[in-house]
This record gives sequence, structure tokens and C-alpha cells, in this order.
Amino acid sequence: MGEPSTSPASAQSRRRFLANMARAAGGVGALSLVVGLFARQAQSLPAQALRPPGAGPEADFLASCIRCGLCVRDCPYPTLSLADIGQDVPVGTPYFVARRAPCEMCDDIPCVKACPTGALDPNLTKIDDADMGLAVLVDEETCLNLLGLRCDVCYRVCPVIDEAITLERHHNERTGKHAMFIPTVHSDKCTGCGKCERSCVLETAAIRVFPRHLAKGRIGEHYRLGWVEKENNGQSLIQGIVDLPDRMPQNLPFNPGATLGGKGK
Amino acid sequence: MSISRRDFIKTQAAIAAATAAGTTLSGAKIAEAQAHDDTIRWDKGACRFCGTGCGVLVGTKQGRIVATQGDPDAPVNKGLNCIKGYFLSKIMYGKDRLTKPLLRKTKGVYDKEGQFEEVSWDEAFDVMADKWKEAIKKKGPTSVGMFGSGQWTIWEGYAASKFMKGGMRSNNIDPNARHCMASAVGAFMRAFGIDEPMGCYDDLEHADVFVLWGANMAEMHPILWSRLTDTRLTREGCEVHVMSTFEHRSFELADNGMVFTPQTDLAIANYIANYIIQNKAYNQDFIDKHVNFNATTTDIGYGLRPEHPLQKAAKNPDKGKFDKVTFDEYAAMVAEYTLEKTSEMSGVPAEQLERLAKAYADPNKKVTSFWTMGFNQHTRGVWVNGLVYNIHLLMGKISEPGNSPFSLTGQPSACGTAREVGTFAHRLPADLVVMNEKHRDFAEKVWELPKGTIPEKPGYHAVLQNRMLKDGKLNAYWVQCNNNMQAAANMNEETYPGYRNPENFITVSDPYPTVTAMAADLILPTAMWMEKEGAYGNAERRTQFWRQQVDAPGEAKSDMWQVIEFSKRFKVEEVWPADLIALKPELSGKTLYEVLFRNGHTDKFPLQEITDNAGNVYNNSESKDFGFYVQKGIFEEYREFQWNGPKKGHEMAPFEAYHNARGLRWPVLDGQETLWRFREGYDKHVKSGEGINFYGKPDGRAAIIFAPFEPAAESPDKEFDLWLSTGRVLEHWHSGSMTRRVPELYRAYPDAKIYMHPEDAKERKLKRGQEVKIQTRRGEVTSRVETRGRNKPPRGLVFMPWFDAGQLVNKLTLDATDPLSKETDYKKCACRVVRA
Repeated sequence: MGEPSTSPASAQSRRRFLANMARAAGGVGALSLVVGLFARQAQSLPAQALRPPGAGPEADFLASCIRCGLCVRDCPYPTLSLADIGQDVPVGTPYFVARRAPCEMCDDIPCVKACPTGALDPNLTKIDDADMGLAVLVDEETCLNLLGLRCDVCYRVCPVIDEAITLERHHNERTGKHAMFIPTVHSDKCTGCGKCERSCVLETAAIRVFPRHLAKGRIGEHYRLGWVEKENNGQSLIQGIVDLPDRMPQNLPFNPGATLGGKGK
Repeated sequence: MSISRRDFIKTQAAIAAATAAGTTLSGAKIAEAQAHDDTIRWDKGACRFCGTGCGVLVGTKQGRIVATQGDPDAPVNKGLNCIKGYFLSKIMYGKDRLTKPLLRKTKGVYDKEGQFEEVSWDEAFDVMADKWKEAIKKKGPTSVGMFGSGQWTIWEGYAASKFMKGGMRSNNIDPNARHCMASAVGAFMRAFGIDEPMGCYDDLEHADVFVLWGANMAEMHPILWSRLTDTRLTREGCEVHVMSTFEHRSFELADNGMVFTPQTDLAIANYIANYIIQNKAYNQDFIDKHVNFNATTTDIGYGLRPEHPLQKAAKNPDKGKFDKVTFDEYAAMVAEYTLEKTSEMSGVPAEQLERLAKAYADPNKKVTSFWTMGFNQHTRGVWVNGLVYNIHLLMGKISEPGNSPFSLTGQPSACGTAREVGTFAHRLPADLVVMNEKHRDFAEKVWELPKGTIPEKPGYHAVLQNRMLKDGKLNAYWVQCNNNMQAAANMNEETYPGYRNPENFITVSDPYPTVTAMAADLILPTAMWMEKEGAYGNAERRTQFWRQQVDAPGEAKSDMWQVIEFSKRFKVEEVWPADLIALKPELSGKTLYEVLFRNGHTDKFPLQEITDNAGNVYNNSESKDFGFYVQKGIFEEYREFQWNGPKKGHEMAPFEAYHNARGLRWPVLDGQETLWRFREGYDKHVKSGEGINFYGKPDGRAAIIFAPFEPAAESPDKEFDLWLSTGRVLEHWHSGSMTRRVPELYRAYPDAKIYMHPEDAKERKLKRGQEVKIQTRRGEVTSRVETRGRNKPPRGLVFMPWFDAGQLVNKLTLDATDPLSKETDYKKCACRVVRA
């Protein structure tokens, strides 16, 4: 998962500097030095720059990408481009900006096939398994669906519709008779293709795709979701438990306990 | 800075405003400066797009619409809009708005093969009038015609219909609603004798069960869908059944989603009736008092040209006659539609069909059925509409809150204009028809025309107009407010040839250079939406008015202005025979303008300053030009048809009342709206003690009409092995002439694609995103394959939207129609898909 290396920032940047020196510059002379200096500025990838499908953690990717540009050449859409001098992306590496041109999720993943070094993982054969990033509804105040309107463009353009994005239905308290359709991203299905961000009709997109390490929270190891654990287990994790009957008043016209249920799920 | 959600809503509108106005302030500055901008004038209006009829407030500043908002107090939408409605303020400001008439010319004179050149209105109308007069002189009034719209305002439709039927004496006027609602109209008239739904949108909050028959409300009626969804969410036991020939967005909410083989909806509806009868679940009391049973003539053909083999093979082509039968005879007719047989025919699992039937048959469940184009665009559209009425009538589940067979409309004024003011080739205002002498007499009386002015024979309907243009029998033709070159089926063979036929002169009025406009000989620039005072009527009989908010750009003029102005070019002697004029000699020497509009009757309301309750003053371009309050004159004249005409039930309130209301649902009687028609207590036309009265019928009884399954006009075979269904997407309105000019909507859904089952694609060695050719017996279109996403067709069917002017899917569709309604079946023909 796109987690950055835990090594100290200085060490990492030095390593990246060297790597960039070796690969992007490649040749000799002053130019390569200048390029290397630019590359050093790129201490981490800008949040809006996404890597092609099959790219591993950023450090690994940079270490194995030889800046050949073949993935860009074989991308049938205007999606991928090579970072230029002066950009915050290491020079010569492929990336895309979802708002500009998202990944179209080709079934045969030509960019991965084109990669000669495995920087784009050849084991990625199903595009649905790609992990280019994760869509996040970053602004709940301007998302039209959260205001009750019927936009849901992000949902309808999603190639993994109903799995990567679903519309969660809520009652609209203000109108009293409309439902709100809340776009909800499911991180296990979202490939980070960016179609949602690209299509968001707002002036500035309310839903955006970030590299996963920027987008995803993580729940503490010390806690488990009881209902999920129970469902996964098929039954309660503990067995042989008894529930004594509750004492109830007899012969009343109604049984107050009946409406309380109390069985849980 | 802390800012509440409510403030943010305001800020959103302000940002949209600034953007529409082309300002480049930073986001924060816009929010601050414009969140409380009281220099914007707000006034009410209705959304330009679908038949839902959302109320909006329109924000104008310095003669330009800079923002809109959903009207928070509008009963339909309570401040909400769909994504098209969100962009309303941008639809009038496309870069290629037409501002001058354009005439095809070579060396300074009109030439059908010439290039478009800017001309004055005078020159445009001179040339056009010459062509119309020449056609009438040569071949009579049937050689002129007009194609109008369910997006015309009420007075635009009325003026056009009056001009054609009462002025030109040609019934060759038809609206694009022919492609949309004609089947619904046919079924209303057959079952109830009066058009339009008995229920209203309040049914959405009252039903226990919703059944969608060929309606994708999730995309096509987005705000109604959010109401339906809310009821499903909040009402205990509420369930949703969805039927379609492919899985679409409405299936997402479905408790019982059913994909059926095209055309077998006829069988499914009959099976439900059979289930109700077999289980004796029907409402005997209701049937005894309010219903009679009938069976329709069968084997009626497919509305193709008479020489078409299918048409020749039909035993009773175009016959709509239905005859009374007994209940037992009716029961015997539906008996063949058993659960097993219907499941086999439709491909829907038996338990799902039975679940649907049980929902209808449960006396304790209130059922609302919805349908739109899946039913109407159907070669047996009138039949299948009627089959759902049969179910509701058997159960007595009709005309009360939540029990409602509800025909949704597509266009914003398909009801209010196309249907109600009589723009169809066979209709006159307020449900009257040209075939009925009494109706003609009444119309001629209101219009102060000599008896016999209005022809008795229905004119050419939409599909026939194109055939007659091609055949050279219809020679002077005027298209307003629609894009038929992108809509009409079998465009290559049956539409384009007529437009380019050297014998014909084609005028197209439009705000934008559409495919249709580009195929014309004369293009007239049109004022749209808020550039004129307008009125629309939505699917729940709600009539909504708006004032002219801004002036049209350049020399653009409203459709109504164009019609009325054009009428000045004709003297009665040029279009009427002498013996007709002799019946009213005082009309001799007059222009059609003087006869039809400037006649002391239609023009009885003088020019007045238009103001709102806050004292803001509004322009009214047409009234200023003609010198009287033309919209009011026409509406009040139309009301004479409603209040004094031979058919009751369409009564509307006086003109002014609508400028002071968020729409009113007719009939409006004693200052009250009517929510559910035909039921005592709700509908004033039903007398005390009657309970129910279907007063559109002479005997007060609704007609249950049996109609069997009959196959589609064209089904897949070896050569063309897939069903092709066409339709819309939420992001675009109809042919995209407005929404594709909004950059954000274009970006949201740029180009059409063809939705296909992944296995069907694999079998043809097609990859997702690959360019393909879709071919039918009529033509070929290039598109890209989509195997994912919002629509999931079953194997053997592909779906393609029609909004894309770059992919004219109407080259593929079949111009077969329902022989009764003359509405084209855009949902079924046979195609194949190959690599491009």
C-alpha cells in the first residue's frame, strides 16, 4: 500500500536524489546535475499526482522505473504523461492527474504490459485489483448530494459502480419528503482511477483521489468491530452463554417487553 | 470564519452566479461578496427540463441570469434540483447562440443548395411566406405543416395550433410529444375518455408499493425518485418493484428487480390480471359500479408504410376498435397468461412475477404504478398502458392517495402544452378532437371563424410528416422547439431525404445550430426559457407560470412571436376558398393576424406594466411588439375551451392566479386544486353519493380493455443478433442541444457509448472502450463499447443513449409505430455490433 518508507526523511531524500541522478539524468554533464537538483526538490509526490496501475510504494516504484516512457506511449488515452523539469513529480516518471484525465481502466492494462522493468507490477492482470489511489469525498459542505440535490455524477461514472461507490440513502429532514443519496467510497473496491474527480461538476471537485496513504485512516490494532467479527465468524465469538428469562408482570393487557426485542444482531 | 451549512448553500448559489457571469474572483471573495448580494433580483420559474416540473427561483442581474436556485417552498422539489437543474443558468449562454435569421443562399438569392447567410426577419419571412403560398396554391393546405413541442410554452402551442388549424386550415401540426406521450394519451382516452393522470405526486408519499414498468426514474425523474426513495426508506413495509429490459439505476432500490425479454410486458400485465381473477382478489363492488369490460381488435400491424410487408400481413391494420365483453369472457382471455407461460415468455423467474402479482392483489396495500418511455415508445404502447389500468381497475386501486396508475411525462410541458392545448394532428384545445363536428363547431365559435374552417380529417402525425416530406406531398414545413433530425427514427431513409427534397422548404426555429437546424433551408433564432413570459404544465396537472426575466440576445424572438408575426404575411384570400370567406364576409381582405390574433377578442387585454409583488418591473417583448397582452389574451381564450366547451374537467384558474402561485393542479374549481380526480370529496365534478365517477365517459365507467401479447416489429435474428434499446441519461436533456453546451455536464458525460453485457463483448472479441460499429438494416453508427457502469444489459441486448449529436443513434432505430398512437418504438429493433 502506498505507505512511504519509515526511514528518516534525509536519508530517503538522499537515496531518491541518487536514484534520480542515476536514472533521470542518465547521461553526463551539467544538465544531469540540474535535473538532479530538481528531482531533489520532489521530496514527496504531490497529492494530485497519481501513478499508473501496478505501481508499488513510491520509493520502490522510483527505484525500478527507468523513465523509458513506454507506459505513456501505450496508454490509449491522454491520461499518462511523463513528469517534466520543474514539476513536483520526479522527472521522467509517469503520472496522471485525475481532474485532467483519469485512468480509463482498460481491461488489458496496456501500460503495465509495456513496462520493461516491473515497476508497474506484471502480476496485475485484473484492472479491478489496481490501486492507484483512493477517492475521498473531501468536502461535505459543497457536495451537491449532501445538500440533497440529485447530482450523483461521481457515482454513475464509476466503472466499479455500486461497489467502489454506493449511494447511502438518508431521509432529508429539511424537505421532509426527499431522500439524500450520499456518495460513499469503499476502499476495498476503489481503484483510484479518478473518473469521479474528473466528472465532479463543481468548480473545484468535492471528491478527489489521493494516493492511498494520504487518503486512508487506520483503526487501532487494539480494537475490533464486534458486529463484523461476529459476522465473519458466523456466530458469536464466545459460546455456551445463557440468557435468563426476564421477570415480567403477568396477565396485563399488553406486554411491554415485546416491543423491546433485545435480541441484538 | 465559521459558517453554517445554510450559509454554504447560499454561497454555492453565489459562486455559480459569479461563474455564469464570467467573473474571476477568488473563491473566498466570491463567497463573501455574493453570499448576501441583494442586487440580484429573484423571481419564480419552472425548470426547463423534464416533466417533473421543479420550481426554481431565477436570479437576474444587469439583464443576465446569473444564478438559479431550487425554490425551497416549491411543493414538488422543496429547493432541490437534479444536476441539469443545477446548471439552468448556463443553458442560455452557449457560445454559438443564434442571433440572426440564416437563409441558404447563392449569389444573394435563396438557393436550397446554397450556404447559410444572415438575413433580416423581413427577408426571412418574405421568402418563407412565398414558399408557403406557393405550396398551398399548388397542392392545397395539406402541403404545409408544422412540427412542435412539449417544450413549447402553453401559449406558444396554442398560437401555433390556432394558426395552423384555424388559419392555414391544415391539421398537419404535431408535437414531438408524438415520440413521447402519444401512447399514454391514447390509453387515457380509451379507458377514461379524458387525458392525464388521475393522481398526483402526493401518491409518492402515500403508496405502500411502487411498481416501475419501463421507467428509469432514478435517472429520468431524479427529484421524484428521491421522493419515492424517501418513502421506501421511511414507510414500514414499503416495497419497490422495477421492470425493464435491462438493469438500470432504478434497480438499485428494487426489492424485486425484473429484467424481461422485450415486448413481454404485455404478457406480464395480463398475467397479473389473471392472477387477480384466479384468486378472486378483484374488487367486485368497484367492478360492478364503475367498470365495463372490452376486448380490442388484434393483429393491427406496426404503423409502417402501407407497402411494407409487415403492414400488408396485418389482418386489421391500424384498427383501434374495442368491443364490450362480459367479465367471464375477459377472464377467459387473460387465462392463457399463466404464471408458467409468462415466466417462460418473459424470462423472469416465476417467484418474482408472483410476488409482483401478490402486491397488486393485496387489498391492504396501496399501489402506485409508474411508467414512461418503456411503455409509450412501444408498438403496442396504447395496449400496454391500458393493461396496467386494467389491473388497477380490477382492484379498484385508483383515484385515491397512494392507489394510482401514473403515466409520467418526459417533457416539461408535454401535458400543459402538447396535450392540453391541442397541438396533436387530431386534437383541439381541452381534449377536443377535429374528427368531432361539435368540437370543431365549438372551436370555430371561440375563434370566431366561419363554420368549416377547421378540416375534419386528422393531419399528418410526426412520422407521417417525414414520410410525406420525402414523398413530396408536404412541401412547406416549420419545426419549432425540438431537434427531430436527431430524434426521428430511421433518419437516413425517412427524415433527411424529406428535408433535402428539392420540392420542399424547411424552416427550423432554434436557439442553437442543432442537427435539425443545419438540415434546414431557413434557421430562425429563438428566444428561450426565461427570455419570454412562459407557462408549463407538468405530469401532475400542475400549471406553472413565469415572467420574462431577460431579453433574448440579438434578434432572437420567441416561437410565439414568430408564429404571430408570420401570420401577418397571409391574407385570407390567399389561404381560404371564396365560399368559406363568403360565410363571414367581414373577414375578407384581412390578414390571418387580424383574423386570429388582432381580432378584438384575443387582443382584449391591453398592454400593461408587468410587475411582481415586490414592485420589480419586467419586460414582455412579444406584448410590446404586438401592442396587447398577448400571453394573457391567449390563455384567457384557452380558458373558454375549458369552462364553456363540450368537455368538462380541464378548468384552470384565471391568468393572474398563476403568477401568484407555485403552480396549480387542474381542475381548479372554487379556488381549489384537484389532487385526485374522479373520486368524491377530492374532485368537485363527482357528485355527493356517487363515490366514483369516471366522467370522461358518457356512462361514467372506465373501460377495462383486453389486449393480447403480439410480437415486436423487429426482433433479433441470425444477421442482426442483438436487441437495440435507446434512451436518455441523467446528465443530458434529450438531444443535448442545451446540456452539451454546459461544460460541466459535457465533462460529466461527454460522448455516447454503447452498453453491452461483458460476455457479449467477449464473444465478439470486443474490449471495453473499443471503437465499434452498430449496424441495423437502416444504418450504421460508430461508438465505443461500455461493459461496466450505470446500465447492465442482459445478454442479447445493447443500450445506447441518444443525446450525442456526434453519434446519431436515430440512423439505427426503426420507424415502426404503435398503429393506434403513431408513436415510434425506440426501445426495440435488431442490430449487430462489430469492430470499427
